[in-house]
Amino acid sequence: MAILIQQDTRIIVQGMSGRIGKFHAEDMIRNGTNVVGGVTPGRGGETVLGKPIFNTVAEAVAATGAEASLVFVPPPGAADAIMECAEAGLKFAVCVTDGIPSQDMMKVKRFLRRFPAERKMRFIGPNCAGVISPGIGFMGIMPPHIYLPGRVGIVGRSGTLGYEAASQMKALGIGVSTSVGIGGDPINGSSFKDILELFENDPDTDAVMMIGEIGGPQEAEAAAYARDHMTKPVVAYIAGLSAPKGRKMGHAGAIISAFGESAQEKVEILSAAGITVAPTPSAMGETMARVLGVKEAA
Amino acid sequence: MDIHEHQAKDILKRFGVPVPDGGIAFAPEQAMHEARKLGLPVVVKAQVHAGGRGAAGGVKLCKTEAEVGAFALSLLGRNLVTKQTDAGGKPVHRLLVEQATDIGQELYLGLVLDRKSERIMIVASREGGMEIEDLAEEQPDALVRMVIDPATGLVPFQSRELAFKLGMTGTQIAQFATVMRGCYRAFRDLDATMVEINPLVITGTGDLIALDAKMSFDTNALFRRPEVAALRDPGQEDPREDAAAEHGLSYVGLDGDIGCIINGAGLAMATMDMIQLAGGQPANFLDIGGGASPERVVAAFRTVLTDPNVSVILVNIFAGINRCDWVASGVVQAYRELNLTLPVVVRLAGTNVEEGRRIIDESGLPLISADTLADAAATAVKARPRMAA
Repeated sequence: MAILIQQDTRIIVQGMSGRIGKFHAEDMIRNGTNVVGGVTPGRGGETVLGKPIFNTVAEAVAATGAEASLVFVPPPGAADAIMECAEAGLKFAVCVTDGIPSQDMMKVKRFLRRFPAERKMRFIGPNCAGVISPGIGFMGIMPPHIYLPGRVGIVGRSGTLGYEAASQMKALGIGVSTSVGIGGDPINGSSFKDILELFENDPDTDAVMMIGEIGGPQEAEAAAYARDHMTKPVVAYIAGLSAPKGRKMGHAGAIISAFGESAQEKVEILSAAGITVAPTPSAMGETMARVLGVKEAA
Repeated sequence: MDIHEHQAKDILKRFGVPVPDGGIAFAPEQAMHEARKLGLPVVVKAQVHAGGRGAAGGVKLCKTEAEVGAFALSLLGRNLVTKQTDAGGKPVHRLLVEQATDIGQELYLGLVLDRKSERIMIVASREGGMEIEDLAEEQPDALVRMVIDPATGLVPFQSRELAFKLGMTGTQIAQFATVMRGCYRAFRDLDATMVEINPLVITGTGDLIALDAKMSFDTNALFRRPEVAALRDPGQEDPREDAAAEHGLSYVGLDGDIGCIINGAGLAMATMDMIQLAGGQPANFLDIGGGASPERVVAAFRTVLTDPNVSVILVNIFAGINRCDWVASGVVQAYRELNLTLPVVVRLAGTNVEEGRRIIDESGLPLISADTLADAAATAVKARPRMAA
């Protein structure tokens, strides 16, 4: 077991007939992910990678029983595609697209709130690497071979820094239950806290590696949740110790514009909440090893 | 993306917000002509993308045309250094010449994209004229905050409530509602990320007027806002960042001497941190993005080398949708094409790493390979020529 993606999760890919969508869908299928179809408006009835393409998400759900979608739609239509997933009754969607306008994401978040709890769609991204449950399947753009299946959850804003953490842990023999990229945009779907909650309730996850960065209030919110509600250890790293104030560091959301948004301040907040913070980005793996070791001895 | 004060005022005026009459001038004669048209006294304001202009000598109340001309001459073509710019300052190429306003009281009004509520938030205060950050620190209770539901937009009672909290009376309540509505609609319709009127002035006769205005826009939305994109002033931006963006690179110039070429914003920040922890200073942030071609890697080298302080280059790639072999080919090509002599440290991991390492090893070039992030940063710090000397 893992969070978000299971062996039998029926997944569609929005934008699968496009170059990028097709490339990653092929990699997902090759690695055992249960891709049941794709959606490209106007291309319904075609077949891509041996899977049926539908005009709408609702048609794909009716024909395949799809439960989750990976969205590769370009920025102008991405928010629309995400809302279509929610309306069609999907349980889960991941959007990889980078460059969605913030006000579109504001609209998406407002739209997702209109559904009652049992019909609410969980949304991850945008501008993220996606979600992988090693050995089970993945929805996203990550290289699956760098992950060792195991019992540590990873949640981070940055894709590449998540890879770095996974490979450092793999080198030490520590595997991953699920790795979740929540994306680098200022307004995003699931927050650090939302994913910590899933890992806390997952019987197959023993500890969590949380990789934050400068900008925004989500790490502080997650720290409060970990302090008050988590029994599992959390190891964290915050990127951007050397980032100057007021300059955007690649991610639309990686900018220090308010109190508590610098890496130093976030490290203090996390430490105060009892979270073990890795002193350097190259020590993420060994810090997790130390925390797991301490836990076993206790 | 930031715009000039005069552009923000033009926009807000279009949305019904009262602003002083004024004109733009690119030369002293033009400034004097504008002053004559408006009638003296006038306020002459340097147009740069930075706050703190008044304290830096970029704003002046002028009583005569000669004064306008002299002040314009002293500003145009120079760089204005304010507490919000770097030591080099920002170039002054245009001036706003405005009718002087009779100031009764100064208020603060701002609209921002609030990441916590994930909505547009209004921030207002009776204490105008100060920087909002100083205000938040010194008098946090003086700030009034209110969020706007995107489904309904700004609701009139919110404007009323805010007006009363700011101590307004009589016709000011309706005037303030007009200002609020204009700011909100401009924010929403043009994909802004920030609208700030500081100060919003209550004049001696009790009317509201926006004495200063600042707007920033969501670069992700410029594709559908050509009228906003047209307001960009490249003269106010770092030309290296623009040149990098044309090649699909995200670049931010910094003060150190270790040039960085990395994939992914998070890994780029982490690598910069690692350099600092190893005793060095990064010269830049640079993310080559996904699916980088050898040509894009060469463009990254060119961008990093526009900074004369760079004494060593660190390439750190953890390839997911990138390919180590493409990056390695780009590194080799850049080294040869640009006739590099400075040390280049290369760390490759992820997709096609074996092929990438082979390209580096078989190139016959003095490239320094590193296996891990820590190793790469430490090697780059040690490889600096000035350290060796």
